[in-house]
Amino acid sequence: MVRSRFEIELKALRTELNKMTYLVIEAIEECVVALKTQNIELAKQIVENDIKINQMERAIEARCYSLILKQQPIASDLRMISTALKVVTDLERIGDQSADIAKIITTLQGDSMYRMIEHIPDMARVAKKMVKGAIDAFNTNDLVLANQVVMMDDEMDEYFIIVKEEISEHIKSDIHNTDIGINFIIIAKYFERIGDHATNICEWAEFKTTGSVNEHRLL
Amino acid sequence: MENKIEARDLHLYYGEKHALKGINLDIYKNKVTALIGPSGCGKSTFLKSINRMNDYIDNVKITGQIYIDEEEVYSERVDTTILRKKVGMVFQQPNPFPMSIYDNVAYGPRVHGVKDKKQLDTIVKKSLDSCVLYEEVKDRLTSSALGLSGGQQQRLCIARALAVSPDIILLDEPTSALDPISTLKIEELLLQLKEEYTIVIVTHNMQQASRIADYTAFFLSGEMIEYGQTKDIFSLPKDKRTEDYITGRFG
Amino acid sequence: MNQSITNKKKRKKDTVALVLIYLSSGFSIGLLLLILGYVAFKAVPYFSFKYLYSTTSIIDHTVGILPNIINTLYLVIVTLLIACPIGIGGAIYLHEYAKNQKLVRIVTFANEVLAGIPSIIYGLFGMLFFGVYLGWGFSILTGACTLSLMVLPIITRNTQTSLETVPKSYREAALGLGTNKWYMIRTVLLPSAIPGVLTGVILSIGRIISESAALLFTAGSGVLLPKGLFSHLFNSGATLTIQLYLEMSKANYENAFVIAFVLVIVVLLLNLFAKFIASKWDVSKVENNGK
Repeated sequence: MVRSRFEIELKALRTELNKMTYLVIEAIEECVVALKTQNIELAKQIVENDIKINQMERAIEARCYSLILKQQPIASDLRMISTALKVVTDLERIGDQSADIAKIITTLQGDSMYRMIEHIPDMARVAKKMVKGAIDAFNTNDLVLANQVVMMDDEMDEYFIIVKEEISEHIKSDIHNTDIGINFIIIAKYFERIGDHATNICEWAEFKTTGSVNEHRLL
Repeated sequence: MENKIEARDLHLYYGEKHALKGINLDIYKNKVTALIGPSGCGKSTFLKSINRMNDYIDNVKITGQIYIDEEEVYSERVDTTILRKKVGMVFQQPNPFPMSIYDNVAYGPRVHGVKDKKQLDTIVKKSLDSCVLYEEVKDRLTSSALGLSGGQQQRLCIARALAVSPDIILLDEPTSALDPISTLKIEELLLQLKEEYTIVIVTHNMQQASRIADYTAFFLSGEMIEYGQTKDIFSLPKDKRTEDYITGRFG
Repeated sequence: MNQSITNKKKRKKDTVALVLIYLSSGFSIGLLLLILGYVAFKAVPYFSFKYLYSTTSIIDHTVGILPNIINTLYLVIVTLLIACPIGIGGAIYLHEYAKNQKLVRIVTFANEVLAGIPSIIYGLFGMLFFGVYLGWGFSILTGACTLSLMVLPIITRNTQTSLETVPKSYREAALGLGTNKWYMIRTVLLPSAIPGVLTGVILSIGRIISESAALLFTAGSGVLLPKGLFSHLFNSGATLTIQLYLEMSKANYENAFVIAFVLVIVVLLLNLFAKFIASKWDVSKVENNGK
């Protein structure tokens, strides 16, 4: 087959992307577990694992640049490779967000307030679903799925408002809750940001298939 | 946008072989149009049909029409001498005549009746200037053209074609035998020339087509599969065969 | 893998071949020098420049080969005047215009056969047709016509071959500029083909000069100086080669060697001239200036 070396390298690129996605989703899941069980060791582990995610970003970028240099990709190949470059940035940020959440968890002192904030686990659930959905849409060029993920961002925003209100109430009810309350708001914000990045990935999924983002023709 | 060349249901047969199958194509004035496709797809054959160079091959049969400025190219009343004055051609291998540089460029005008030395001098200088070659060769116009480098020879061939003031320039893989620098110089040249001429270029080099062509037509097995603006063909081709060809998934 | 590169071996077969090659070339060069040397050696005692510009006359007691030189020139020029246009024209037709490729192959083959036919047969034909039937008798014209039949295949064949070697790209380029066929042939094809045409001409001249059998019965053995440029065509005239034959048959070996010597010089000069002309007219040489 013509260009078999190129095909092999493209396949390797996709494999690496999927590996990175797996690590990122794992980080989100572990955050949820660490929060629930207040497992500080696990949280420390998440922070350490973020290094791996950062390394993967660099490795995939290097692959992409090499492919551009050697193979002069055009059409769908070009879109694939250029969106890979964009997507790893978003994935890496998501990884950072998870690590930041984990850092906060390590400072929590076995507080029971978590049980009172019901909707943070919901946000975590939506975040994980959005990231998984976005990557699936990206891999399978499923624009319908991408659209659905983008819609979920509204859900995410609603949850954030609810969580903010819940936490406000808790702070108002007991001034000693302020510190932890603020931390939980930050955690919620990070989950919301994860959702935003997942939305970005959906935009790149659209570009990969149509060459346009939000109706703007780029390539 | 004006149509300079139109092909309407053009079929061409080399004996039994059906080389062009119903080509319909509009080539626009003052644009660079690239013809791409795998070997043997008919793009060079189509190119040569425009200036009737196929007439010299035995057993060639043509049906359908080609129009240049709305005049039918294959009509009985066409004078091929005038046709080839209007439509110049540059070939894949640089092919200067074994004569001086001056005589090479002056050959065309002489064919068409220009005898006055002053006139010829002006034409030669102007043509060589257009090809950014004059400065390089002005001191040796009477020396043999065969002493020039490959890139210079090809620019000379372009100058030779320009010397008869054509409207259209056809180029059949003009840079495939040249080094990268000469290739880029000629691409630069073509981009300048399109202000005055209509350019049709056959190329195997995808990057070249995307660099210089405004429009691209993809040929496969004698058919024209897709035609459109180059940026569309090379980023979002409509036909899978086009996509497979340009991404190198088949020869 | 670890073969040393400094192990220079002598390969026996190569050495043997090399020795044989040296021997053969030594032999051929030696033979050439021997013949030339022998002729020169034999001729020099009798040679004087007077031979070149006097005639042989019993009355005046002179011996000279001026008439032979003139006759040779006449024969070469007139033969070429007849054969070249026909030969070159024919070759152009066969190569450029003939539609029936089968015919071209037959004619080409016929030419190759004709080039190998013994010249005495041409002499026979020429004598009977030009000499007897047309009534020209023994004359330079008869000889020239006969010889032109003989050299025609050579010129045609060489021109044809030469046209075939002209790159197709020249033709395409010229046609692409709007020339018609004949203009293209005249301005591009023929000039490029000149070296080959000249080869044919030079081979023909060589053949003409060396011809004896065919001329004996056509051009005859006259040794008169021309009285008129044109009228001399109808006189019989012996070329240098014929004269050599005649001298040998009369056992005048001194004269024979002198003529032989002159002939060798003529052939040498001819070859040098040919090389000079060929390099001057070779359009594919880069140092040439354009017209």
